[in-house]
Amino acid sequence: MVRELVPEFERRHPGITVEVQQIPWTAAHEKLLTAFVGDATPDAAQLGNTWVPEFVSLGALEPLNARVTASIRKDSFPGIWDTNVVDGETWGLPWYVDTRLLFYRTDLVAAAGVPWPPKSWAEWRTAMEGIKRHGGPGKFAILLPIDEWQQPVIFGLQNGAGLLDGAGRHGAFRDPRFKEAMAFYLDLYTSELAPALDLQGIANMYQQLAEGYFAMVITGPWNLGEFRKRMPPEMQDRWATAPLPPPEKGMPHPGLSLAGGSSLVLFRQAKNPEAAWKWLEYLYEPAQQARFYELSGDLPARPSAWKLAGLADDPRAVAFLDQLGSVAPTPKVPEWEQIATRVAECAEQVMRGGRDLDEALAALDADVDRILEKRRWMLDRAAEEGK
Amino acid sequence: MTPAGIEEQKGTPAEKRAAWLLLSPALGAIGLFFAVPLIAALLLSLTDFDIYALADPRNTRFVGAGNYARLLSDPLFWKVLRNTLVFVAVGVPLTLAASLGGALLVHSKLARWRGLFRTIFFAPVVTTLVAVAVVWRYLYHPRYGLINQMLGFVGLPPIDWLGDPAWATVAITLLAVWRSFGYGLVIYVVGLQSIPVSLYEAAQLDGASPWRQLRNITLPLMVPTTLFVGVLTTVGLFQIFAEPYVMTRGGPLYATTSITLLMYQQGFRWWNLGNAAAIAFVLFALIIAATGLQVLVRGRKSA
Repeated sequence: MVRELVPEFERRHPGITVEVQQIPWTAAHEKLLTAFVGDATPDAAQLGNTWVPEFVSLGALEPLNARVTASIRKDSFPGIWDTNVVDGETWGLPWYVDTRLLFYRTDLVAAAGVPWPPKSWAEWRTAMEGIKRHGGPGKFAILLPIDEWQQPVIFGLQNGAGLLDGAGRHGAFRDPRFKEAMAFYLDLYTSELAPALDLQGIANMYQQLAEGYFAMVITGPWNLGEFRKRMPPEMQDRWATAPLPPPEKGMPHPGLSLAGGSSLVLFRQAKNPEAAWKWLEYLYEPAQQARFYELSGDLPARPSAWKLAGLADDPRAVAFLDQLGSVAPTPKVPEWEQIATRVAECAEQVMRGGRDLDEALAALDADVDRILEKRRWMLDRAAEEGK
Repeated sequence: MTPAGIEEQKGTPAEKRAAWLLLSPALGAIGLFFAVPLIAALLLSLTDFDIYALADPRNTRFVGAGNYARLLSDPLFWKVLRNTLVFVAVGVPLTLAASLGGALLVHSKLARWRGLFRTIFFAPVVTTLVAVAVVWRYLYHPRYGLINQMLGFVGLPPIDWLGDPAWATVAITLLAVWRSFGYGLVIYVVGLQSIPVSLYEAAQLDGASPWRQLRNITLPLMVPTTLFVGVLTTVGLFQIFAEPYVMTRGGPLYATTSITLLMYQQGFRWWNLGNAAAIAFVLFALIIAATGLQVLVRGRKSA
């Protein structure tokens, strides 16, 4: 789809031709790693923004601080921008954004007669109880796939938990703020407000939401398009989106969510870094971002592009705009993805395996410390050599 | 079973040289594509080679038997080993029974539409697993699944086949058996066809019932075939990967993670290649041991 943006760029820069290679998202990470090992990286690429720390630690990326001007930095979502910064250096430009918030059935929420939208975890929980009562046995208030790490991590971030210690040397999941978040999350299952399903167990989320098996789900912007496509016609005016509530009333609204999305990076081995940078600058222009949204449905990374794309008039998208003002990155260590799966497993052990929460969190920290052993060794060696 | 009558071939030095010359391309290929990677993997398993080492070889540490020691002290490894042994211990007898049963049915003179049954039984072997997985996930679905509806029909409570750690191992084993028994069936059919009809005719003259014919003629003569199918199935189930990978991704709570799946996750998901190589060698040793044991036991029985 980026191909559609090439002719305009080549018209503006007659000396430059752009060669676009598309790879499926699921294979992209592995393919780019292999390309790096084989010394065959492209000049520029699109990276999932959570991969940035990993590619930085490999030394694969070109630092961008010298190139990034104030006008580039302006007109972005600060939480999203932050995902591209590692150790004070900028390594990527936000390309499109992704975060998670509530999708819900407006009619079911209204029928339950609960205060909406919720302003705190407590209000949210009360609303869920009301929906569950109204729905009756066999129906649930919210869908939270038990093997997704995103939800417990979001609640932890909202509650101020750092997840890892400052330098990313050890796990910090025994932190009371994380424990409180995890307890809130797990209680949604034990109180049967959420069904104990994992991703494989969900046959068809859209159909289940349409038949009222649950009334809300925490998910991301790709579902704006999917809901329009896959929810039955009579449901099309009965769903809406809302930002996530913070833990306590009076805290900044909305509560934090994940700063996801994808970034444009320049590789250190680029053969034509100047031309590649021009191409990235061009893609980062609000006008191109708006066009890319029209082509792909991916949400633009610059607020001004939202207006150009007409997203500012769509209430379902505006909830995302609102939420994107309150997003935070996950810990910027290459091992994060591996750690994240352990977080989901920890929740699953308590939920399905009947393990004690304190014990499970202690085991999680021990696991994470083992995963970070190599990182500690490398940090220590770097400090040693720096002396 | 010694190949009697074959004496050691003796040749002139020139003939020996020619033999080596003729063999060398094959030996070279084996050396290059088998021995070298094997030795490289063994060396890899003695290091902590990982994604950091991809960036800079200086980031590799020689850890000796460290990967192996860590593996043996990791409860996850033991859980995964136990899962794999369950897949083998439950899957192999079931596969053998299903293969033999199906083969007897297909081979039986009484059965009709034998060609159709042969096709039906063999179809799972050649069907793409990803397509199979979609159908089986629906069969196993806790709310809509056919299996649970049938259980409900006879008054049994529904089972969360893929969500409950205790049942998920069973569910994956059943799928693996269903998928692979057709292969053993074909081998059994060939074995059954090689039994001389005269043996059955003689037994019928002596008034042996079909059951006695099965016990005293068919089963004893099927021992070598069973050994062959057994070894194949054992090796296959020790390396079970695709079924849990597409059905459950190894979950819930690692209940369906096999050794190969763990190796894949360590190697290609987390890029802990040293660790993954160590797992590969443990699996290698296990398969050699299990196959050797089977050959030994059967060999002693038939002797």
